[in-house]
Amino acid sequence: MGQSSYFVPATAKWPIVGTVGMFIMMIGAANWLNAGPTGPWLFAIGGAIVIAMVFGWFGDVIRESRANLYNSAVDASFRQGMIWFIFSEVMFFAAFFGALFYARILAVPWLGGEGTGAMTHELLWPGFEAAWPTHGPAELGGDFQTIPGFGLPLINTLILLTSGVTLTIAHWALKKEQRGPLVFWMFVTILLACLFLSIQSYEYVHAYRDLGLTLGSGIYGSTFFMLTGFHGVHVVIGTIMLIVIAIRCMMGHFSKKNHFGWEAAAWYWHFVDVVWLGLFIFVYVV
Amino acid sequence: MSNTTTAHHDDHHGEHPTGLARWVFSTNHKEIGTLYLVFSLAMFLVGGAMALVIRAELFAPGLQLVNPEFFNQMTTMHALVMIFGAVMPAFVGLANWMVPMMIGAPDMALPRMNNWSFWILPFAFTMLLATLFMPSGAPAAGWTLYPPLSLQGGNSLAFVILAIHLMGISSIMGAINIIATILNMRAPGMTLLRMPLFVWTWLITAFLLIAVMPVLAGAVTMLLTDRFFGTSFFNAAGGGDPVLYQHIFWFFGHPEVYILILPAFGIVSEIIPTFSRKPLFGYTSMVYATASIAFLSFIVWAHHMFTVGMPLGAMLFFMYATMVIAVPTGVKIFNWIATMWRGSMTFETPMLFALGFVVLFTIGGLSGVMLAIVPANFQYHDTYFVVAHFHYVLVTGAVFAIMAAVYYWLPKWTGHMYDEKLGKIHFWWSTIWVNVLFFPQHYLGLAGMPRRIPDYAVQFTEFNMISSIGGFMYGFGQLLFVYIIWKCVRGGEKATAQVWEGARGLEWTVPSPAPLHTFDTPPLVEDNVAVHRDRLT
Ligand code: HEM
Ligand SMILES: [Cu+2]
Repeated sequence: MGQSSYFVPATAKWPIVGTVGMFIMMIGAANWLNAGPTGPWLFAIGGAIVIAMVFGWFGDVIRESRANLYNSAVDASFRQGMIWFIFSEVMFFAAFFGALFYARILAVPWLGGEGTGAMTHELLWPGFEAAWPTHGPAELGGDFQTIPGFGLPLINTLILLTSGVTLTIAHWALKKEQRGPLVFWMFVTILLACLFLSIQSYEYVHAYRDLGLTLGSGIYGSTFFMLTGFHGVHVVIGTIMLIVIAIRCMMGHFSKKNHFGWEAAAWYWHFVDVVWLGLFIFVYVV
Repeated sequence: MSNTTTAHHDDHHGEHPTGLARWVFSTNHKEIGTLYLVFSLAMFLVGGAMALVIRAELFAPGLQLVNPEFFNQMTTMHALVMIFGAVMPAFVGLANWMVPMMIGAPDMALPRMNNWSFWILPFAFTMLLATLFMPSGAPAAGWTLYPPLSLQGGNSLAFVILAIHLMGISSIMGAINIIATILNMRAPGMTLLRMPLFVWTWLITAFLLIAVMPVLAGAVTMLLTDRFFGTSFFNAAGGGDPVLYQHIFWFFGHPEVYILILPAFGIVSEIIPTFSRKPLFGYTSMVYATASIAFLSFIVWAHHMFTVGMPLGAMLFFMYATMVIAVPTGVKIFNWIATMWRGSMTFETPMLFALGFVVLFTIGGLSGVMLAIVPANFQYHDTYFVVAHFHYVLVTGAVFAIMAAVYYWLPKWTGHMYDEKLGKIHFWWSTIWVNVLFFPQHYLGLAGMPRRIPDYAVQFTEFNMISSIGGFMYGFGQLLFVYIIWKCVRGGEKATAQVWEGARGLEWTVPSPAPLHTFDTPPLVEDNVAVHRDRLT
């Protein structure tokens, strides 16, 4: 961090690329949802542009960082940015956890006739008894079974927790500037991440094929797949981050003192980890 | 803060681009601020045109100009455009221009992301407004998009939801940038409790934005999956609950209304001391009041849904929690008045708008307290009383404050004084007609006229006619605002650095117009320029 002045780039070309990419992607997605024929194509094209933008943008930042253009204040701004980004993600998950708690604590019991003045039970579904899991009084999606928490989900929990530990070991190695162990432990972490994703995919296939548990299985299926699905998407993003960072480790990009890119990915990974703990407890176990 | 915020502008790759490229690729907080403000003004006019469609239809009972379906599209789009397109971007534009100058920073902390936050908006609004031209029309279920109604509309739903996602991404990135700038880029000596109140209110607003925009994203995502992927979040047959949507939406929605007003509080807290030639009364209490309002805004959301059938205990809690907000709000109003007390006041246009704000916003606050009373709310809910309430806080509140800010800082931006005489005419014109427009709506609501209805019983005719006349007069009067800005950009009396005799703060130490790069070397913040206080403790 040689520079003493705050780096302000003269121009930025990637943001507008990203904007156009996202715009095409969103138009594509909306068309796709409305069964428009061009939807998937537009979505794919927009997605490709966004991916190109991410590579281009981060590439610029990495080059500037390696050219020592950033001082400690820029570093602090990046840290602020990452912290608040993760906070926004926490709040995004909070909405879905909120939906789960509301359904379990309030909506389903009321449908079962609890409380005063909730007439849905009496007038529409007098026979419905509140229970969890449920696919509601109309039994949407047909019969289903749930995935017991103390099987594969527990193993997945252990995998993710272990990956947090291996990542920390990698950090120790980074702080001692030992590239061999650093890369090794990064790889172990990535391996665990992929293992987690494989088990999760297997579980989804199992749920859809053998258990009759789908997105359409009433409120249980909705909350189950929404929470685990969005978490899965975040694990994929986190894994990609870890892979990129591991490659950069191999290229010798980080130093003992200057490795915020590494830390940002690690923070993200720990965030994904913590969300999973919440999921494991409230979706699978309780 | 050490001298690490000395700026290095990476200009050696070539000249500063000109023409369109200058704006599309800009990383400069002043240019991006201008983009935000111009975009906001454009959306203000678009949203205003929609409002005039509404008021034209409501001029007389019966259906005459537009069909009910289109009427509903107008109320829905008007709200979305005004909230997400006009008011929020205006505040972000003001933050872009003023926050770095007020804290002595060379630019925003994350200049590239700043560009991105802005440029998403025109695209998001293209997507939103495009739905007007689709065969099934724009969304028509109200800006709150309540299910099941919103799920029964045409193809627009997917477009609206994805456009809202884009707007959310833009707001979150904008907010992150503002927080990082304020926490990280202050000049030496600019301690937190020396920051101008506009900076303080924006810091807290940015926190609110990051906390609740993702919640809105979650809510509309569930709408999307309910509609297209067979989930049952809001479907009782599957064990879900449409009321769940309302809870999640308003967990976002109530903090959102404070997002729309806290920066306005900041603006007024800058302007009143300047034109009273006195330090702000109760600076610290202002900061704490803002923080309390922000905190309370998270625990009052259900006052928007008293009529859904909540347990009594919940209703009581939300009623009292809502009323408690009146306390910190009252602290603010008291402080503004106390600032003026025995000041040597003058009444230039920014001050007029700020004073208009204090009086008229208070009316909106009081009708809010009336609405918070559960048994009364059963009567007023979804009537024109609510419409009157939120237009007092949003038009004579947020919009008046934005206009005050524009008049206040326009000389700093352009280097010219605006036409004071026209400014005063604009103020008085707006103030008179905005009351003609919205005050009668209180009576309409108390008499039982429902909102979001294109037709009404004949007994409501007179007040509706008055309101519509007010609407057209107020609306067309805003063209004067556009003209005044245009004229000021083109020329006018040269502005001094300080512009206003009583102005304090770092932004008034740089020349007018402010050069493209200010505070490349951070200033040392002396006690008396820091805030509107003569002496710091
Ligand atoms: C003392 C402060 C306030 C109180 C006690 C208050 C209370 C309320 C209540 C109880 C409602 C629900 C009315 C109903 O639908 O039955 C409401 C609606 C509303 N308020 Fe406020 N409010 C206050 C300040 C504000 C401010 C500062 C803003 C924005 C700048 C605002 C914007 C709105 C909006 C937009 C709605 C209507 C939302 C909709 O249904 O579309 N309020 N307010
Ligand atoms: Cu509210």
